Amino acid sequence: MSHATTATISTTEKKPVEHHYLNYPRTISSWLLTLDHKRIGIMYLTLGMLAFFVGGLMAEIIRTQLLVPKGLIFNGSTIQAQYTAFKHYNQVFTLHGIIMVFMVLVPIIPGAIGNFTLPLLLGAKDVAFPRLNLISFWLYVSGVILAIASMIFGAADTGWTFYTPYSITTDTYVVFMVSGIFLLGFSSIFTGLNFIVTIHKLRPPGMSWFRMPLFVWATYATSAIQVAATPVIGVTLLLLILERVMGIGIFNPALGGNPVLFQHFFWFYSHPAVYIMILPAMGIISEIIPVFSRKHIFGYEFIAFSSLAIALIGFFVWGHHLFVNGQSAELDAIFSFLTFLVAVPSGVKIFNWMATMYKGAIVLKTPMLYAISFIVLFTIGGLTGVVLGALATDVVLHDTYFVVGHFHYVMFGGTIIALIGAIHYWWPKMFGRMYSEFWGRIACVILFIGVNVTFYPQLIVGAYGMPRRYASYLPEYQPYMDLSTIGAYIQLVAFLIMAAYLLHSLFRGRKAPANPWGGATLEWTTPSPPSHDNFDTTPVVGDPYDYSNLVYDPALDGYIRVDREGSHDYASTIPMPEQQAGH
Amino acid sequence: MSEAIPLSTNEQEILRKHLAHHFDTPQQQFESGKLGMWLFLATELLLFSGLFCAYAVYRALHPDIFRFAAQWLDWTSGLINTLVLLSSGFTMAWGIRLAQMGKKKGLAVCLILTMTGGLTFLAIHGYEYFDKYRERLLWGTLYNPDLGGNGKPVLQEASAAPLVGGSQPARTGDWPLLNQLGQAGYIVSHSDIAPAADGPSGIVQSAAAEPATLPPVQPYNVQIFFGIYFIMTGLHSFHVIVGVGLMTWLLIRTLRNDFGPTYYAPVDYVGLYWGIVDMIWMFLFPLLYLIH
Repeated sequence: MSHATTATISTTEKKPVEHHYLNYPRTISSWLLTLDHKRIGIMYLTLGMLAFFVGGLMAEIIRTQLLVPKGLIFNGSTIQAQYTAFKHYNQVFTLHGIIMVFMVLVPIIPGAIGNFTLPLLLGAKDVAFPRLNLISFWLYVSGVILAIASMIFGAADTGWTFYTPYSITTDTYVVFMVSGIFLLGFSSIFTGLNFIVTIHKLRPPGMSWFRMPLFVWATYATSAIQVAATPVIGVTLLLLILERVMGIGIFNPALGGNPVLFQHFFWFYSHPAVYIMILPAMGIISEIIPVFSRKHIFGYEFIAFSSLAIALIGFFVWGHHLFVNGQSAELDAIFSFLTFLVAVPSGVKIFNWMATMYKGAIVLKTPMLYAISFIVLFTIGGLTGVVLGALATDVVLHDTYFVVGHFHYVMFGGTIIALIGAIHYWWPKMFGRMYSEFWGRIACVILFIGVNVTFYPQLIVGAYGMPRRYASYLPEYQPYMDLSTIGAYIQLVAFLIMAAYLLHSLFRGRKAPANPWGGATLEWTTPSPPSHDNFDTTPVVGDPYDYSNLVYDPALDGYIRVDREGSHDYASTIPMPEQQAGH
Repeated sequence: MSEAIPLSTNEQEILRKHLAHHFDTPQQQFESGKLGMWLFLATELLLFSGLFCAYAVYRALHPDIFRFAAQWLDWTSGLINTLVLLSSGFTMAWGIRLAQMGKKKGLAVCLILTMTGGLTFLAIHGYEYFDKYRERLLWGTLYNPDLGGNGKPVLQEASAAPLVGGSQPARTGDWPLLNQLGQAGYIVSHSDIAPAADGPSGIVQSAAAEPATLPPVQPYNVQIFFGIYFIMTGLHSFHVIVGVGLMTWLLIRTLRNDFGPTYYAPVDYVGLYWGIVDMIWMFLFPLLYLIH
């Protein structure tokens, strides 16, 4: 809806200001109390990226500490001084883990990318429960605030896993932190609930389950995990709080409780949680690769079902975190087998993406560079996971830096890289601006190098036996630790460049066309940025990966849809009821 | 469905007020809400599943604790609570039916009856809790009940006389190590499996073999049972309080004439919630009260 403003004195006519979801309405309360999924998505993205930078700061502190064997920042000459200093180090890595896991990795792709794109991908006006969406967001904010408050008073030093009995007896502010995570858990549950109902009930006519974009399938599988697994961490953290506050004794061996029970409860959620982190990321890659290969996705049904398979099998592998904690050998073997099994659907996806790229017309724009980085880095991470899933090797590698290298490859090289790819892919749609392609590619290459330089040495030094969560180490590990720290600084450079050109594009970037990349999913039929209601009329649904109808228009620097003979547009092939009767 | 029935002005007003902009039909909105509510109930079930799992693990590992503690759980108040919740579930369902038929007064009465049921449940529970508090049957280090004698649990092997009736001979000679431990001050947990036969037939005929209603000596760590008991019933009672609060909100809306045959979704959803609160109690009651 245009709103032309004319100055009465000036003779030059002002350009009409287009109203879209960002600039109208303009008040603060219209943002804080918004029911618009796009605004909620942007707010999630902003807060999530802020949390990512704080968590990243913690990471830089950790890596700087580990530059010298005795510890650069936290060290002490006496035993007491060393004890206190290393306790502070424990707080730093605990914060790093909690911020990254609970405030960035778990909520951000569903909350930011999912919230923004899901209704657009489905041709809907909003998610099923917009008010619940807002509640989810404010629960997220409250959780973040509570956890940050605990940081000020005395952050927990238990590690993000909060193993008992130390988490019961430590004098740091565990309850604050754990309450924050409890609220974050409910935010996650409500988001998942919202998305499941949206996908079931708000699809447009003609969009059967197998005509949905694959990011929607990934979101559906993720939401199923969110709904099923998160309540378990809720009750676990509640029990931990009651332990500390009331002395219930259920996890405290001094009172007859069982600390290994805590570990089972904790990992029953936290393992499916890592699939919450990676499934939407894989969904993003499934969207980016076909668009930038100008080729239909290979094996649509296989990718869709593999998302569900990962979600399902992922519920049954939590015991691989407890291989060395006194489980019976039989149980160890079962969990090991299931861990190998869950790697299979992930491999299916990797093969399908590569098959999509094969003989495609590859366009190496920034989102595609991130997608290719994802494939490389996630493969390395996934293969190291299989090494850890084997019992004999896990006994040696448990609690070493090999584990740290593994999960950083999958979480950073997987989820974060996919998130950044998604931000670059949907940036024109979200903000109506194009960023500098040149700087985008530079930042991607620097980040790719940085990730490898940081985490590959960690795999090596872990295999040599360096334990994780240690503030000091043996001198022979120093070359690897130093290389790892240099990599961390390289990553910082990449992120600073990224922040610079992205923020610059918001103010000075070229205006984006509706469809800059030539995507065939429904969000590219809306203007960039979209209006408040997304779609004026119910959109016509076609094959989300059929690019034969999309033609590049140099005047727009974007793609437009044209009608062609022999197209795979399902809408044009659905017979009208009159024709059906005579057939 | 709603297109076929001609709507009165009041009903059209309700429709216009309640159909959200992102839904196409009221039917779609109602079904979405129902699916959402069922998903939420699934999460509630999973929330309690952790506690049921803890119960199962501890029960499997320490059955003697559960048998010993069961003597203090009054199954009659548990039964009354069960009947109260069941009838409140009935009145809630009846209320939904009345809302569907547009009978405002009946709906209000049913809501009040259901709330009364919930509050009665809480009152009976509260009395139970107070009782336990009085007898110091609490969790963790607060567990300190009076078991008779000088208030301390008695060791079977260390003392000659057993705690509960019967005149079983002291078998101190058979378990010298236990005897030593008992004398050193350790609480000795004694199995309540009757000893092997002394007589020629091989079956113990002793009149002193009391029915195994409770082990003669308090086992280790009975406070774990009470920790689990208070957490499970406490979390459940919290959900009952929330349910009563939701019904208060529904009552206010009923009196404001919000509900009718075309719009009764909130009543339906709260009814579902109350159903699961009821169902969780159906599991809690036998597991906590009926074990002996």
